[in-house]
Amino acid sequence: QLDRGCALHTAARGGLSSVSTQDVPAERPRAVFHTSESDPAKHTEQHEGRLYNIPLEEVKAVFPHGLPYRFQQQIQTFNEARVMVRRPALELLAYLKGSNLAHPAVRYVIYGERGTGKTMTLCHVVHYCSRQGWLVLHIPDAHLWVKNCKELLQSSYNKHRLDQPLQASVWLKNFKTSNERFLQEIKTQKKYMWGKRESTEEGRPLGEVVEQGLARVRSASDAVGVVLREVKQQSHRGSFRLLVAVDGVNALWGQTTLRKEDKSPVSPEELTLVHNLRKMVRNDWSGGAIVTTLSQTGSLFKPSSAYTPHELLGKEGFDALDPFVPIPVANYSPREFESCYGYYLERKWLQHEKARTEDGKAELQFLSGSNPRQLDRLAGPL
Amino acid sequence: VRLICTTTAVQRKNAGASGPEKYTEAFIKKQIEEFNLGKRHLANMMGEDPETFTQEDIDRAIAYLFPSGLFDKQARPMMKHPNEVFPEQRKIQWGEDGRPFHFLFYTGKQSYYSLMHETYEKFLNVQKHQDQLIAQGLPLQKEKRNLAGSRWLTKIELEEMLLEKLSDDDYSRFIQLLQKLAALPCADVEENYIQKFSKEVPVQLQKVVIEPLQYDEQGVAFSTGEGKRKTARATAVVYDNGTGKITVNGTDILHHFPVLQDREQLLFPFQFLGRIGKHDMVCTVSGGGRSAQAGAIRLASAKALRSFVTEKEVEFMRQAGLLTVDPRVKERKKPGQEGPRRKFTWKKR
Repeated sequence: QLDRGCALHTAARGGLSSVSTQDVPAERPRAVFHTSESDPAKHTEQHEGRLYNIPLEEVKAVFPHGLPYRFQQQIQTFNEARVMVRRPALELLAYLKGSNLAHPAVRYVIYGERGTGKTMTLCHVVHYCSRQGWLVLHIPDAHLWVKNCKELLQSSYNKHRLDQPLQASVWLKNFKTSNERFLQEIKTQKKYMWGKRESTEEGRPLGEVVEQGLARVRSASDAVGVVLREVKQQSHRGSFRLLVAVDGVNALWGQTTLRKEDKSPVSPEELTLVHNLRKMVRNDWSGGAIVTTLSQTGSLFKPSSAYTPHELLGKEGFDALDPFVPIPVANYSPREFESCYGYYLERKWLQHEKARTEDGKAELQFLSGSNPRQLDRLAGPL
Repeated sequence: VRLICTTTAVQRKNAGASGPEKYTEAFIKKQIEEFNLGKRHLANMMGEDPETFTQEDIDRAIAYLFPSGLFDKQARPMMKHPNEVFPEQRKIQWGEDGRPFHFLFYTGKQSYYSLMHETYEKFLNVQKHQDQLIAQGLPLQKEKRNLAGSRWLTKIELEEMLLEKLSDDDYSRFIQLLQKLAALPCADVEENYIQKFSKEVPVQLQKVVIEPLQYDEQGVAFSTGEGKRKTARATAVVYDNGTGKITVNGTDILHHFPVLQDREQLLFPFQFLGRIGKHDMVCTVSGGGRSAQAGAIRLASAKALRSFVTEKEVEFMRQAGLLTVDPRVKERKKPGQEGPRRKFTWKKR
């Protein structure tokens, strides 16, 4: 058995060498729709429509946050994480493999209708990048930062802005889990003052900034801002590669449901987290890529039929993100549908006797409209 | 058992046999004269020729001069001949000296018994004729009367004809006698008499014509169907050689019907025939709510699928209820109640 858990850490920087893990040959041969290729780097068109396995330890390490809730439940039920290789993801991976890191970071926007698999595509890309040894800045859902916030503090750094200590600390914790080794290697460039007594000297590892943010929750948002700035500057220099993965990027330019104490609405710029994130998403740095997803489900004040970038981002967001590479994600093709159906059948998720027949399959396809989310919900009670 | 649909003949009450004359003959005569005069006046008013002014023209003129929005046609203003307006009544059955005219007057049901006598006379006639034919040669068995397409007069119709009340027993006896008469082989002699008491039943079963398949430019077969449910109206075009894609009003089925129940309704005709992934469908729908639109499209698609399918399967679909229009509509609210059935809250004091 090759070292699966260490695959992340031993991957050489600056090269495409990656260790491919094979399934143990003693297992019985999996059906057609599985592939034993666990490494996203090796996925090609012949793997399209097939499901590949991510070992559970990797899942915990790479995706402390970011997987859709239902998928996490599925992982718990089936005791394995199987992700389908689909064409938009393959397209993105091809772009990433061929991208020139000296150029400014290219922005990719994954868009599509509800429940077609945008977040899963993003997770696939994140997995690939973490296997390749990139530093992954994964924001699971930007909508969480603009709504349902219990505490808003006025920022000490900039009086006009508002801090969100809870969300920031949660994110810092997850960031720490996913990128442990980078935190030791990256050194701060500047001295940062956290209030009157505490400060971080120049040249200290970034891990200390993160600890600071976690310990002093009040300054967590500022810690996030510091992390983002450092990471951006250093990737610009080319010491490592940076992937900024934002899910629900349309939250950054929409409206918020938060209100200040005098009941006036808060606009997104007034939140420190959003402000810093916007700076990250601008393509004024090089040495990495920015992959974002639009999401209607969490979005505020947007009609449910909106799914194109123009509708969901609004004029401001569109101008800020322009130019970008749009990547549409569609419903399952017949082949993908068959492999998903076969997987459910194999794991005995579909218990109904009629579900095993051809008619049952046709019925499922019709009723779900080949939409991944609908299929998942339909197959639940069966 | 409550009759839901009855013909008007059954529903009309018999007014002719109730009680002695309410209108004298002179009164009726005067009404007829007034009617004719009025007819000529009306013709003049409408600018038409009084001589050739028929009852239809009268009806049209009245509908034009007195427009009414009432639903019941009988409640609208009408101008008809007095014989139609005033029901027939029995004239006085006895003379000035008190002696009745008819010999069966003191039975109480004079016209009924006289009818029975007459019918029995005809019956004996036919039997005599039959005996004669047997004596001469073989009795001629001409074609039997088609009893399937005709019915006997109902009790109310018979009462109207006789202008006196009958009991159920009397009526059934009369009908039995008629049937016996009609069953005889040589009953054609009295065919005229029998026809006075029978009526044609209109053929109710209309054979539904299944349209043949049409072909569009690429040679793909398609057929259309229409359906409705509550207030929703839908048209569906079902194409052959498809992948099971469905478009509703230009949008995908998942967009238009986010609820699973509606999509199941759409699935039903295809699943029943076992043709789920074989046809494409493009439909337009308007009106109604979410469930009504789904039901309307289901009916429309089932009707369109008839052209693709054998007659036996069409019969199966009809028995499954896929081809019947759902007659349920929203019930009207009644005055004095809060809704169609719900009454106001009952307060004791």
